[in-house]
Amino acid sequence: MNKSVYVDNNATTAVAPEVTESMLPFFTEHWGNPSSMHTFGGGVKKHIDTAREQVAALIGAEHPSEVIFTSCGSESDNMAIRGAVDAMGGHPHVITTRVEHAAVLGPCHYLEDKGYRLSTLDVDDKGILDLDQVREFAMSGKKTVASIMWANNETGVLFPVPEIAASIKEGGGVFHTDAVQVAGKLPVAVKDLPIDLLSISGHKLHAPKGIGALYVRRGTKVTPHIMGGHQERGRRAGTENVPYIVGLGKACELAMQSMKQDAELERRLRDRLEEGILATCKGARVNGDRENRLPNTTNISFQYVEGEAILLMLDDVGICASTGSACASGSLEPSHVLRAMDVPRSSLHGSIRFSLSRYNTDEDIDYVLEQMPRIIDRLRELSPFAQD
Amino acid sequence: MWEYTDKVSDHFRNPRNVGEVENPDGDGLAGSLACGDALRLTFKLDADKKICEAKFQTFGCASAIASSSALTEMLIGKTVEEAEQVTNKDIIDYLGDLPKQKVHCSVMGREALEAAIYNYRTGKKLDRQLDGEVICHCFGITDKEIEKVIHEQNLTSVEGITEATKAGGGCGQCIPEIETIFSRVTGEKKAAEEKPKMTQLQKIKLIEETIDRQVRPILRRDGGDLELHDVDGDLVYVKFLGACVSCPVSSVTLKDVVETQLREAVSDDIVVEAV
Repeated sequence: MNKSVYVDNNATTAVAPEVTESMLPFFTEHWGNPSSMHTFGGGVKKHIDTAREQVAALIGAEHPSEVIFTSCGSESDNMAIRGAVDAMGGHPHVITTRVEHAAVLGPCHYLEDKGYRLSTLDVDDKGILDLDQVREFAMSGKKTVASIMWANNETGVLFPVPEIAASIKEGGGVFHTDAVQVAGKLPVAVKDLPIDLLSISGHKLHAPKGIGALYVRRGTKVTPHIMGGHQERGRRAGTENVPYIVGLGKACELAMQSMKQDAELERRLRDRLEEGILATCKGARVNGDRENRLPNTTNISFQYVEGEAILLMLDDVGICASTGSACASGSLEPSHVLRAMDVPRSSLHGSIRFSLSRYNTDEDIDYVLEQMPRIIDRLRELSPFAQD
Repeated sequence: MWEYTDKVSDHFRNPRNVGEVENPDGDGLAGSLACGDALRLTFKLDADKKICEAKFQTFGCASAIASSSALTEMLIGKTVEEAEQVTNKDIIDYLGDLPKQKVHCSVMGREALEAAIYNYRTGKKLDRQLDGEVICHCFGITDKEIEKVIHEQNLTSVEGITEATKAGGGCGQCIPEIETIFSRVTGEKKAAEEKPKMTQLQKIKLIEETIDRQVRPILRRDGGDLELHDVDGDLVYVKFLGACVSCPVSSVTLKDVVETQLREAVSDDIVVEAV
């Protein structure tokens, strides 16, 4: 069977054909350096400007100059956190949550090792943050740099970023949000919110891997991490990755145009998939708050079976998903997100994330729903714990 | 994506001998739900006292299922005495190979075999009750078990714990936690026996000995090392070497490993600084 269904879009997305097309001329004809004085090179600059406007439009930035192009979401997160802490001076208190992406937890733990105070906020069993706790830290009187994600990559659970940002700003802190999973999926309007820094990643919204952006609100101080060039107004040196910047711009434009219908499609398919699995697969439970969630994501645990085994059996029939199981990651620890949510031990090792995109269809969902019960039954048959 | 051998893939996709032998002669369980993998092995002997039937039920990843399936195939036709000789290495060899991070799957096979043979000989269950919090996730070893083995075997080092329980012998991620437990337990033991007063020379010698015996082996596991630079009263200066030099968490190692060990062994007033 050659059928293939891709439901792992929170890991990466297909590059939209329109995006690929928009990039090609910048490999073949317009390969000049945008910093050049001659028309051949310098003429490329206006395409970067357009892309910057397209990105700014997607995230609702007031000024395109607030957008800095980076190489990926992880770079944006690192630049935001380390750059803001460095620029603030003194020893600011760093605040984050237990369920952040490694690209946020990594720099936060680095800072902690360097002697900064780090507070890592807990979530409840639905993955929801305690806003009073955020407030308490924000108003502690100490200078703070907070990095709190908008949408969780594993569960899709949304944090109330507007409220969180307001608390942090009220306490005089700098607020960064990793919006990699939310950008392009739900409306974002930074100009109306007290957000200082916001990360996005190209390959999560149908642009290629290798391009990201960081929104830096006008007036927010961030020490650059790549120095030695005037590019990005001196905030990130290095000759611009023109084709990818153009591609990201195009992807943002496409996302703007179809966000509403994409979200409706993804939500309908996701709900069908989720309800179908809950109805037909034994021991299935949804992880995380089902109300405040990205429209495209569901994270389902299967009691008494192990995620890597499910994933490999799905792979055998051409279905691409992902798991929070330790066995698949090489870390030997199950997902830090599910552990933070106190998912029961019996379900912790058997989680599967399905994440959809605008390219998924009803046929895809039919196919996954056709395969899943058989796989779960088979693995339960092998398991010494399943009681049926 | 793991690189599994064809044999592992085959035993995962077409597992042999799945289920439970009726009226088994031997019945053993290894691992637990909390560890993320578990294996129940049952076997039956024929009139010649050879294993004629062996079946498994496994909760775990592809390599756990494949290791279990392989184990049952290896056991059939063997006497209990012959079966007893089957090691986890034999399971790995049978499968061609296992990724390093998956070796514990074969260890689980060996453990289930031990439990089933124990059950055959004594009629008793060797099911390890999961008591306490799992510290070593590779081998499902809890803090209570680690504490117990330190007391029972009078262990004097973290390596001793690994040898006795396998805890920390897989990925090694839990070694700092094992060190903490070790320090706590031995600290409690030492609290009774007050530390004697030492001359400065005796103190320096003891610091040197402790670093050589208890600190450097831990650092060397990760390619790091250190040497004693100077001692000024209770202030100990050490110099990081090897991988520790560029390690971003060497400041944590300094406090959590070096200082903790020296305080245990020498004096509670020791403060360690890196030069």
